Amino acid sequence: MLADALPRNRNARTGLIALGGALAMLGLGFASVPLYRLFCQVTGFGGTTMKVSEAQASTVKVAAGSISVRFDANVDRGMPWKFAPQQVTQEMRIGTRKMAFYKAENLSDKPVTGVASFNVEPEYVGKYFNKIQCFCFERQTLQPGQSIDMPVIYYVDPKILDDPEAKNVEQITLSYTFHVAAE
Amino acid sequence: MATTADHFQAHDDGAHAHDDHDHLPGFFARWFMSTNHKDIGTLYLIFAIIAGIIGGAFSGMMRFELAEPGIQYLDMFAKWFGNPNPSFDQQLHLWNVLITAHGLIMVFFLVMPAIIGGFGNWFIPIMIGAPDMAFPRMNNISFWLTVAGFVSLLCSAFVPGGVANGAGVGWTAYAPLSTYGSTGPAMDFAIFSLHLAGAASIMGAINFITTIFNMRAPGMTLHKMPLFVWSVLVTAFLLLLALPVLAAAITMLITDRNFGTTFFDPSGGGDPILYQHLFWFFGHPEVYIMILPAFGIISQIVSTFSKKPVFGYLGMAYAMVAIGVVGFVVWAHHMYTSGLSVNTKMYFTAATMVIAVPTGVKIFSWIATMWGGSLEFKSPMVWALGFIFLFTVGGVTGVVLANGGVDDVLHDTYYVVAHFHYVLSLGAVTGLFAGFYYWFPKMSGRMHSEFLSHLHFWVFFVGVNLIFFPQHFLGLQGMPRRYPDYTPAYEYWNAISTLGYKIMAASLVIWFINIIYAFTAGKKAPANYWGEGATTLEWTLSSPPPFHQFETLPVIDDKGHH
Repeated sequence: MLADALPRNRNARTGLIALGGALAMLGLGFASVPLYRLFCQVTGFGGTTMKVSEAQASTVKVAAGSISVRFDANVDRGMPWKFAPQQVTQEMRIGTRKMAFYKAENLSDKPVTGVASFNVEPEYVGKYFNKIQCFCFERQTLQPGQSIDMPVIYYVDPKILDDPEAKNVEQITLSYTFHVAAE
Repeated sequence: MATTADHFQAHDDGAHAHDDHDHLPGFFARWFMSTNHKDIGTLYLIFAIIAGIIGGAFSGMMRFELAEPGIQYLDMFAKWFGNPNPSFDQQLHLWNVLITAHGLIMVFFLVMPAIIGGFGNWFIPIMIGAPDMAFPRMNNISFWLTVAGFVSLLCSAFVPGGVANGAGVGWTAYAPLSTYGSTGPAMDFAIFSLHLAGAASIMGAINFITTIFNMRAPGMTLHKMPLFVWSVLVTAFLLLLALPVLAAAITMLITDRNFGTTFFDPSGGGDPILYQHLFWFFGHPEVYIMILPAFGIISQIVSTFSKKPVFGYLGMAYAMVAIGVVGFVVWAHHMYTSGLSVNTKMYFTAATMVIAVPTGVKIFSWIATMWGGSLEFKSPMVWALGFIFLFTVGGVTGVVLANGGVDDVLHDTYYVVAHFHYVLSLGAVTGLFAGFYYWFPKMSGRMHSEFLSHLHFWVFFVGVNLIFFPQHFLGLQGMPRRYPDYTPAYEYWNAISTLGYKIMAASLVIWFINIIYAFTAGKKAPANYWGEGATTLEWTLSSPPPFHQFETLPVIDDKGHH
């Protein structure tokens, strides 16, 4: 009797372990959503810029080299906004804090809430591009016909000069795309 | 290949067989409530043939449309699908539906059910000396879930999918085309079909893993298992680890579509590229899921008809393990044009090329097995040689495409189509036919015609090469995939490709005639019709094997191996 029962238990055990493996991978599939976001935020993967606090920013020393930033603006399909940078480029010493403005105007006759996605090019400088303040940190709501200036305060980390791949970059393109925010 | 099992068991099973014939369940109970691994294997094979005919017909419709520039047949095809007056956009949508259905059917409802569900179910228990699978009822659920998945996919063709009926997103179902790009229930049906087929395959994988780990006959150590068993074991692990990730990804598609989540939608903080990562984390192992069992089948056949054990048995087994492991860390080579950095591309290029090493080990070991062997060119062997040639061609173009820089040019061209059809359509399907001719008399008890099998091979071989080899040229000339129309510059090779399709289709007629011949006029198959080279356990049983085999477990001894 026992001899009959044992192999059955063994199969159930192996089967359950295998099922556990499958469920773990299912969990990993869903966990990949926050993990992927975290991975991009930490490594600057895909040109993800960094978010820093005022306190962190105040410790940065200005370095010798200079760099320029070019501003790019797009709207997603179905987004009834006019959205454009108010300066084409800005030139600065590496480590200097700069403020740039974008202008957005709601062309529709309804209030529209927008959310901006963003990155920098070349994408490997994402981890050196620090934003202290940005309109992209929050959703923006514009009333019909309303137009606003939206600031971004940023600096380029002097550590970029220690990175053999990134140190020769002369210009960084900062790009935003506005989407109609999902409810 | 370490198992020799000539001297035991056969007469025992013969005796049991007579008892069992009296207890055969009735037709409905036997085929609809089956828990017998051989019956379920047969069901899988019949199902795969039916699904393959449908998926193959879709490819034929596409090939005819592509025979010359311009749109000739889409209007007619749309009428077949019940749209009496299709607009031009609706005709183009039908094209996308055909592409999607062809890919999904061939992957999930032809190759996987046939090679894992069919041959795996039939021969894994027998080859390791087990009476049946570990979980026979779950085996039955696996099969019927696969059928349900197929029905769900067919349903999707007849419900609204945006522009017209059906889901037209490609087998990859990339967001946002598959989320807010396709309104209507067709896409949901297609996703649900993948859920069902995926759940079925995960259960099948659990079943195979448990069977192979726990139910081997005394003396059948892991390192004595036939290579087909090894191949299915590795495949089962790939299924177990890859399919749940697809399930997660397509579940997120469903919630993005219907429940207001934004996993893949930037307007809510999501990222469509994440879907591509998840899909290909599943999708790349999936191509090994389709080809590894074929590797196993080819190893059995080459060894049998060389009358030698496989050269480098352990190397062959662990090459498959290596392919399986490395297959999990190369997925982004499908995404070279999605904006990966140069360093990321460098890694994925190098990792992808590493896979050529264990694959090369396999090709060389097959050749070394034949070297100095007493070769016999019976039908399975001819198909196996065809497999080795065709798979190698596909492997070589794979190494070309592995280069991130080269892929920037060739991405989404017919070169890619030619590449993956050489490894899958010509590779996996040729492996299936090799296995079919190797085991058909064992499964049916009737011998097929060797002449028709050879004729089938040669017509098929000429046909598929005519279809797909010119597509390399089209791709290098820049013809993009997934379009029903093209500039007249591409006409010449497209016309030849369509001619190849007709020849290939004719070869399938020969195949069906061969099956009919076997069942009506075929000689009764003896237990071991391939002779001394066939040394695995299935050849110790009668053809067809008794309804229940190995009620007394065979004992595998150590003499005379290696």
